[in-house]
Amino acid sequence: MFSNILIYFVIIPLLMLGGFALCRGVKGIRTIAVVGSTLLMALSVWVLVDYIALRQAGNTEEMLFTGSWEWFGPLNINLAVGVDGVSIAMLILSSIIVFAGSFASWKIDDARHFFMWLLLLSTGVFGFFISIDLFTMFMFYEVALIPMYLLIGVWGTGRKEYSAMKLTLMLMGGSAFLMLSLIGIYYHSAPEGGQLTWNILEISRNAAIDKGWQYFLFPMCFVGFGVLGAMFPFHTWSPDGHACAPTAVSMLHAGVLMKLGGYGCFRVAMYLMPEAANDLAWIFLILTGISVVYGAFSACVQTDLKYINAYSSVSHCGMVLFAILMINTTALTGAIMQMLSHGLMTALFFALIGMIYGRTHTRDIRLMGGLMKIMPFLGVAYVIAGMASLGLPGLSGFVAEMTIFVGSFEHADMFHRVFTIVACCSIVITAVYILRVVGKLLFGPVQDEHHLQLTDAVWWERLSVVTLVVSVAAIGCFPNFFEWLIRFTFNPEIFRAIGM
Amino acid sequence: MGQEIGLLIVFLLVFLYDTFMPRKALGGITAFATVLFAIFTVLGFVCGECREVDAFAGMYVTSPVCAMIKNILNVGVLVVLIQSARWANSETQVMRRGEFYELLLVTLFGMYLMISARHFLLFLIGLESASLPLAAMVAFEKNKYESHEAAVKYMLTAVFSSAVFMMGLSFVYGLSGSLYFSEIAVGLVGGTSTMLAVALAFVIAGIGFKLSLVPFHLWTADVYQGAPTPVTSYLSVISKGAAAFAFLVVLVQCFGQFYSAIWEWMLYALIIATITIGNLFAIRQKNMKRFLAFSSISQAGYIMLGIVGGTEMGLAALMFYVLVYIFSNLAAFGVIGAIENKTGKLLMTDYNGLSKTNPWLACSMMLAMFSLAGIPPFAGFFSKFFIFTSALGSGSTALYILVLIALINTIISLYYYLLVVKAMYIAPDEPQIAGFRSHWTERLGLWICVAGIIALGIVSCFYNDILTTTETTSLFAFMF
Repeated sequence: MFSNILIYFVIIPLLMLGGFALCRGVKGIRTIAVVGSTLLMALSVWVLVDYIALRQAGNTEEMLFTGSWEWFGPLNINLAVGVDGVSIAMLILSSIIVFAGSFASWKIDDARHFFMWLLLLSTGVFGFFISIDLFTMFMFYEVALIPMYLLIGVWGTGRKEYSAMKLTLMLMGGSAFLMLSLIGIYYHSAPEGGQLTWNILEISRNAAIDKGWQYFLFPMCFVGFGVLGAMFPFHTWSPDGHACAPTAVSMLHAGVLMKLGGYGCFRVAMYLMPEAANDLAWIFLILTGISVVYGAFSACVQTDLKYINAYSSVSHCGMVLFAILMINTTALTGAIMQMLSHGLMTALFFALIGMIYGRTHTRDIRLMGGLMKIMPFLGVAYVIAGMASLGLPGLSGFVAEMTIFVGSFEHADMFHRVFTIVACCSIVITAVYILRVVGKLLFGPVQDEHHLQLTDAVWWERLSVVTLVVSVAAIGCFPNFFEWLIRFTFNPEIFRAIGM
Repeated sequence: MGQEIGLLIVFLLVFLYDTFMPRKALGGITAFATVLFAIFTVLGFVCGECREVDAFAGMYVTSPVCAMIKNILNVGVLVVLIQSARWANSETQVMRRGEFYELLLVTLFGMYLMISARHFLLFLIGLESASLPLAAMVAFEKNKYESHEAAVKYMLTAVFSSAVFMMGLSFVYGLSGSLYFSEIAVGLVGGTSTMLAVALAFVIAGIGFKLSLVPFHLWTADVYQGAPTPVTSYLSVISKGAAAFAFLVVLVQCFGQFYSAIWEWMLYALIIATITIGNLFAIRQKNMKRFLAFSSISQAGYIMLGIVGGTEMGLAALMFYVLVYIFSNLAAFGVIGAIENKTGKLLMTDYNGLSKTNPWLACSMMLAMFSLAGIPPFAGFFSKFFIFTSALGSGSTALYILVLIALINTIISLYYYLLVVKAMYIAPDEPQIAGFRSHWTERLGLWICVAGIIALGIVSCFYNDILTTTETTSLFAFMF
């Protein structure tokens, strides 16, 4: 078991958790957090390098580094792990954000408990991305959800009790549908009377699930994950939750946790039930189309920085689901790129907002102005994040959205074309709210004299921000590499099944 | 037979100790009873039954499955005994603590009979001896008005439900000509009649009282609130677990052939009503014991999901659920008992800020709540997942809807379980309860429960063991 490299993605956070439990001083906790998250990042890079080497050596298996250990034998539940390009992209994303998040919460109160919950959340996230067994996947998914309640409830700001409860209940409501759908998939995984299985690879290889059942199970699965992906009309937890969460939690939640939704929709809902996905996509296309545009419009009228960014997340995450539902290679590539891009960009946004809020003690853009002169580092970083968000070439947003729209325009029928154009409009609206914030917040006259005394970022804040900015630029400058990385995932089987 | 005889020996030894020991030595009765019971529990695991044995002309049958559910109950009773040590030795109870242990062991013996009975007369004896002494235990705090009120309520409902149950039995006897489970199944072949439906409804109602299924749950909240906390915890886990198992045996073995004709829909209605109403009422409770009463009503609904479909997997899921539920609920009651013993406070608002003054108690309570709500990686998640998986086994659409309703209810339950967590961790008020060090027995009990909550799910051998054992049973021979 311990010879498999992937299992360390779960073991390291658990060891860190144990370390936090034993450690007393705040120095020790910081050390553990930094060492642990650096290890995780190193591990994900190592897996990436290994993966590339294996692929270049001509390994064409669907998943690499696979391993499976029996857990609940009679039910055929295994702890099964394996990664392909998409999972590796997600692992890298998560480790970068955990790393940046640890630095962003350098001065948090009660650091010990905060980091314990944060690491439990990370355990869930990493476990989810490496699992290929539906049961363990679902377990890790829920492990990642519940720490949010306490993280927001205890360390949050504003209407934190309400937001924490709303977020937890809505996400758990989604997972209730998900659980039913997963058990349904299990019972229909062997139509010819073989051994039932939870293993994603086996189910997709057998193309097992009966079409009639797919129509029942797919919507539940998609909605279950879609709630976490902030799909309209189940997105309402997201603005409140993000607005009240502490910085690192917003980063991790918008940056990684919302990707669990998109990844799940892709890996489970679409991958295992392609026929139903193809036939029912139109319903969800309408919903995600609304998310994309509605989220962007809502962001235009908000005055709280975090709300603006939360609605922007709704819009961008809607784009991920939108692209997944297009079910063709180009759009799917775009979806994964968008997950990476949005994850890094929004984490950068929330980190910056947290740092600005920590200095000005307000998030209302009407009360701030001219911050570019006062804190140039944060200001420039904010502009970079904004540019990435509105799709400036050279940064990650452009690559992702371009690919998505090219992919979705490949559909020749009226319905898809119209929705592609509608979704395209969101780029313009994004530009409106981003430029509005940048203009109001960073330029123009200083609104509050007290702000003149404020200082720019300190070293741990800079480190956190620079990590994220570099990653955003890396995706924007080397899209080919990421495209190559995730290309192998799109198993031609699923496209053949639906006749594409 | 070994377990009954062993329990009887434990009972007699405790009784003789209590009666004949000089007054000075009586202080040791708590340790005596607990250690004796611990030895008995361990022996139960070591010398397990490996085949079906019957006695009294087939009225009594024991099998590996029966032995296993008894072992599970034993573990729960052991934890209750450890947790109650402080209360039993408190000033008001110290004179009567002997009776507490004796009554408790007698009721446990009654539950053993219920589990192993394969004849309705023996079953009834078990049911009665499991209920009536419990009424005395509920009334144990004789200086408290609530305790009396609860006892009277419990006594009346217990007697009433037995009467209903016997009424049903007389119908069944009239229809089948026998009170043996296996002969009833044979005697009833071919005939579904209104009479049978009525008889079944009576039988289900009779046991439903014991399990506090809605609409037979009205006694639960008052009794749970009025009874001394150790008795409440005993009532909510052990008595419920035994009744759930017995319920399954009766339904499956006697009436298995009428599953789809008669009782499938009754069961669905009961489950939906129990889970939903239990949950909705729990939201509004302010008193922790009443709160857990309604929570345990809804948990009983989830336990019933193991009966749906009537499969070995369902039985295994039911037993595993009971096991996990015992640990989770006893952890919650352990914290409540510790706080009540120290401060007498029972309201949920009293728990505000508990995490600041008593972090370990708050942490145990949080784990218990998470486990009851079914949050991974705690055991409750696994038991819920398995019970849903087993219920969906037959794959009918009605079952999918039933499970969906149950799943949506888990969200409601999560809401009120989180209310407790919120009070302890998030509420901004000043802490109501000063920091204190609880008695070592209370801590020991909590440690056992917390270890169970963490380990029972992740370590898979418990569930796998239960599942392999249930596959040997012949209970489902008459199930169609």
